[in-house]
Amino acid sequence: MSEILVLVEQVEGEVKKVTLELLTLARSLGTPAAVWLGPGYTADAKAKLAEYGAETIYVAGSEELVQYVVAPKAEALAQLVADKSPAAVLVAATAEGKEIAGRLAVKTDSGVITDAVGLGDGFVADQSIFGGGVNVHSKVRRGTPIVAVRPNSTAPAPSAGAGAEQEISVALSEAAKGARVVERVKQEKGARPELTEAAIVVSGGRGVGSAENFAVIEQLADALGAAVGASRAATDAGWYPHQFQVGQTGKTVSPQLYIAAGISGAIQHRAGMQTAKTIIAINKDPEAPIFELADYGVVGDLHQVVPQLTEEIKKRK
Amino acid sequence: MNIVVCVKQVPDTATERKLRSDDKTLDRDAADGVVNELDEYAVEEALKLKEAHGGEVTVLTMGPGKATDTIRKALAMGADKAVHLSDEALHGSDALGTSYAMAQVLKKIGFDLVILGAESTDARTGVLAAMLAERLGTPQLTLANKVEVEGSSIRIQRLTDYGFDKVEAALPAVVSVVEKINEPRYPSFKGIMAAKKKPVETLAIGDASIDAGQVGLGAAWSEVVDFAAAPPRAAGTIVKDEGDGGANAADFLASKKFI
Repeated sequence: MSEILVLVEQVEGEVKKVTLELLTLARSLGTPAAVWLGPGYTADAKAKLAEYGAETIYVAGSEELVQYVVAPKAEALAQLVADKSPAAVLVAATAEGKEIAGRLAVKTDSGVITDAVGLGDGFVADQSIFGGGVNVHSKVRRGTPIVAVRPNSTAPAPSAGAGAEQEISVALSEAAKGARVVERVKQEKGARPELTEAAIVVSGGRGVGSAENFAVIEQLADALGAAVGASRAATDAGWYPHQFQVGQTGKTVSPQLYIAAGISGAIQHRAGMQTAKTIIAINKDPEAPIFELADYGVVGDLHQVVPQLTEEIKKRK
Repeated sequence: MNIVVCVKQVPDTATERKLRSDDKTLDRDAADGVVNELDEYAVEEALKLKEAHGGEVTVLTMGPGKATDTIRKALAMGADKAVHLSDEALHGSDALGTSYAMAQVLKKIGFDLVILGAESTDARTGVLAAMLAERLGTPQLTLANKVEVEGSSIRIQRLTDYGFDKVEAALPAVVSVVEKINEPRYPSFKGIMAAKKKPVETLAIGDASIDAGQVGLGAAWSEVVDFAAAPPRAAGTIVKDEGDGGANAADFLASKKFI
């Protein structure tokens, strides 16, 4: 079967869950080959990629690949596409993943599909557009299909692959070195999973009332091993950092479980979370539109309901 | 500094958004057209940079005739002039076709800085800025929540999942902005009146050396095979909190094996 390139996402050498999802998806359509770009590759990473089906692991360990914004990774992938003629290239539909896909599409004169929530025979992608209102099948008809797949849309399943390592060297053009990263600033977010990757997301909105009160949301998230999200009302008010905003001008999440506390569910918010598998809403207002989406809704004050829920979860663990 | 800010007319999220049954492209008649929200932040940032460093702000849009409403709004906010790329041949262009056509216009009109919103609220592909940078061979400074220009160099804060990256480059460059960056101004009455007198140049594809074989639905690199309205979610259970709302929710979570 033909090779499918999967761009590895990793944090300090640890392979992210979305990459395991992509390898699982690639296995159903061809022979997965993982592509590791940048430093940090280890035996642990190799073992993980092989465990989830990577037959080949292409490794380019140069520091240069991460010293500039996006362009070097797209260039490295374009060189691999030219050398290996893969059946498709899969990347995670993260902000950076989509940008890499976009540049790769231009470089290889190939079509690109962003934010796929599924991928079938002939690389026909499922997409959920207009805030989850319309389901679309789409496909690439020119070049190598490049598909950015939304995290959490495939359940990762191990199935051993050979994991044969192959070092590749990448010659970067001067153009790829245009935007230099001079400093990386990490903001404390504790041990919580990343928002777009998390299986469970607990979000707070206007009803939370203050930055201090977000502790209530965080405690529930921590009891569930969840990520914390926020509505635009909450981030605009400065109660929670902007990068945790879920919705049209923030992140799109597609977790197994989404708990919306004190969020009315404006269409702009729904656009970012509507494809969650299970939705729980807690809101004082019985007319809040979020209840139209909820699999389970509690009409009540989140300041009473959420702490009780947190205690119950701790008790039952 | 010669700043070009790209704006897109999109269907209002608050109205029903549809695809056309005939050619599976966006149904522009079904919903009200508004300026893509993130592009308003791009316009604001362009105006701020002009106020600090001088120069000129040009609005660039690609879209059918009624996209002029979008141009007017940006001009009313304070942009100096506009270029409207409008040609029936562009209908149905995907991101690759759009980025190609816009890059051709940008090469023609020239720029020190191109600014656009990080994504559109309709297609939400989030690829256009990266594609433009690729096509123009200029640095990509995307997902910015802060932009600073000093002489011929530019620094941004690029939003990441762990915080942000400080990124620097030499002009010319392509920048995309996130909503956190600023608070877009409202057009004043004076601004609205002044906008009516500002020059708007309309270009057809031939005016910008755009190859008709690279744009439009027929040449698109990807296609919509079919589509359908998402089935409505089944009505859930709604309970009123009588002092046991949290416990009830925990029961539900247990029944779904989340705990």
